[in-house]
Amino acid sequence: MLKTTILPAFAALALATGTLAGAAFAAGEAQPVTDYRFSFEGPFGRFDQAQLQRGLQVYTEVCSACHGLKFVPYRELAEEGGPALPEDQMRAYAAEHTVTDAETGEDRPATPSDHFQHSPDPNAPDLSLMAKARHGFEGPSGLLVNQLLNGIGGPEYIASLLHGFTGETQEVAGVTLYENHIFPGGLISMPPPLSDDQVTYADGTPATVEQMSQDVAAFLMWAAEPRMMARKEAGLTAVLFLAGLTVLLWFTNKRIWAPHKGKHA
Amino acid sequence: MSGIPHDHYEPKTGAEKWIESRLPIIGLLYNTLMIPTPRNLNWMWIWGIVLAFCLVLQIATGVTLVMHYNPSVAGAFASVEHIMRDVNAGWALRYVHANGASLFFLAVYAHIFRGIYYGSYKAPREITWIIGMLIYLLMMATAFMGYVLPWGQMSFWGATVITGLFSALPLVGTDIQTWLLGGPAVDNPTLTRFFSLHYLLPFVIAALVVVHIWAFHTTGNNNPTGVEVRRTSRKEADADTLPFWPYFVIKDLFALLFVLTIFAAIVGFMPNFLGHPDNYIEANALKTPAHIVPEWYFLPFYAMLRAITFDILWINSKLAGVLTMFGSIAVLLILPWLDTSRVRSGRYRPMFKVWFWLLVVDFVMLMWCGSQPPQQPFVIMSQLGTLYWFVFFLVVLPLLGILEKPLTPPATIEEDFIAHYGRGEEGMANAAISKPAE
Repeated sequence: MLKTTILPAFAALALATGTLAGAAFAAGEAQPVTDYRFSFEGPFGRFDQAQLQRGLQVYTEVCSACHGLKFVPYRELAEEGGPALPEDQMRAYAAEHTVTDAETGEDRPATPSDHFQHSPDPNAPDLSLMAKARHGFEGPSGLLVNQLLNGIGGPEYIASLLHGFTGETQEVAGVTLYENHIFPGGLISMPPPLSDDQVTYADGTPATVEQMSQDVAAFLMWAAEPRMMARKEAGLTAVLFLAGLTVLLWFTNKRIWAPHKGKHA
Repeated sequence: MSGIPHDHYEPKTGAEKWIESRLPIIGLLYNTLMIPTPRNLNWMWIWGIVLAFCLVLQIATGVTLVMHYNPSVAGAFASVEHIMRDVNAGWALRYVHANGASLFFLAVYAHIFRGIYYGSYKAPREITWIIGMLIYLLMMATAFMGYVLPWGQMSFWGATVITGLFSALPLVGTDIQTWLLGGPAVDNPTLTRFFSLHYLLPFVIAALVVVHIWAFHTTGNNNPTGVEVRRTSRKEADADTLPFWPYFVIKDLFALLFVLTIFAAIVGFMPNFLGHPDNYIEANALKTPAHIVPEWYFLPFYAMLRAITFDILWINSKLAGVLTMFGSIAVLLILPWLDTSRVRSGRYRPMFKVWFWLLVVDFVMLMWCGSQPPQQPFVIMSQLGTLYWFVFFLVVLPLLGILEKPLTPPATIEEDFIAHYGRGEEGMANAAISKPAE
């Protein structure tokens, strides 16, 4: 009975939702995005605290010249499951930045409850949610199991984009655009932002473009989903708890029905 | 309630009698919970409980989300991020609510296709079926309006496209669209009215669910054989049924927990899988996304809408597409009168089975086409898929009743149950007692 009814039904529905959601992702332009192995992928994946701190450094020294992170409060930097800066470092980091006080209208050093800046360049998109607003995996690789293991591919997209520049430029309507084989359409108005040794990492990690782009992509994934660690932990607890309860109910059900069911005739 | 002979509630204590003579609510609950249920129900009969759970889950998480949500064009997107970042377990509430909608639709599609396969819509269950279809329509309206609330790019452009459909109606179309939107385009008035209705409709659904259950408790459940429970004597009814509690409550709970385990994995490990990345970009009326794609559960109907790329007589292609889309659901509403077969369950209908599974494949194919850009080969696939959808309901079903030679269903549910599961101890005892009488 189980075989003849529930399995095909599940298979059909899983296939339907799986392929279709995958296909929905494929509605964008097919670009080869490198499938990086990020530490936070998969049900047991965790953010690499050192990587997030390096990514914060890249954002602060490079990206923040144009891009904002308006949904992220500074206090978040000290939260567990993120870059987890010590409290005093987080406060010092906030104080290095100036915000306009909403009540007095005057500029003052930022406090932990203030948010990161809005984009200083009005044409530069805010990066708070960028890792969730972009997708890296297309077609069959965007399917269910890959999602479970690798996430939606947003950070992969960001990292790939950052060193997807070909070095060529094109003049379009008086604006210089930069060729990038990851960006949809192939031309992006952002000049190549990273070059080797552009930042100096405190932990001595060589600051290659490859390294920096992955670090900042991981940081932006955290910025987009600061509760990811809590989510995965809660998810695992829930799955184990529910699976246990399911097994118990299976035996309860078997026991209750036993007097009414015999062996197959 | 169901006219199947069974034990009725008898108030025993003084307090029970006092209450029962004033408001027979304990009796109502008792008779509902103990309702005789065909003992041969298979695992496809579990989706009702999943659906009931989904409704409660969506209302509970939704009511909580509303406490932190700001229904305004200026604040909606930011308030969702506030929920995701600042509200305690807000991320869990939102991800459960968003994915809960998908579970709701997954379950409703399983439930509907089960109903089609086993002929659950046939007499005397037409009203149960129609109420169910009304619930499904309300679900679609609710889900559509809910998807607008986060005020992302897909929210905005999805709302623009779908409300734009009404403008295709002749004469009154544009006025209806303006009336729905509260203005010339999707804007603050649209968001606030969608918010209001998104909060209201689930309670209408809840009321209809009660009517849905009331209706099938009156007729009794259908079952995989499509054979009715014998009502002529208590003994025969008992041989065909078991009380809902505990047999089906525990069975359904097991199935529900099994489904929820998978659901928890999706919410915990891949909560954005079924969403669209563009909805993490705040709505921008000046920037149209490259491809506007509705949520997966609307895709088959979206494909049918887009399939009509040609004028039909004097009807232009846009209006024809809209009529096709609404028609595809209208045929479901009149399904009880389209099926002419005397045999209820698809299990005993060899030709129907083939056409039915083709319909399932068709539905999945249309879902895929709906997610693809409107170009070949998807246009022709959508057109063929749409054609089959209507052919199945309007041609195949009426004709099958005449052309098909059905198998003979078992005489009783008891017979079917024993054929599948053998005779239990209780069955043996009954058989031993009943032998001499036969």
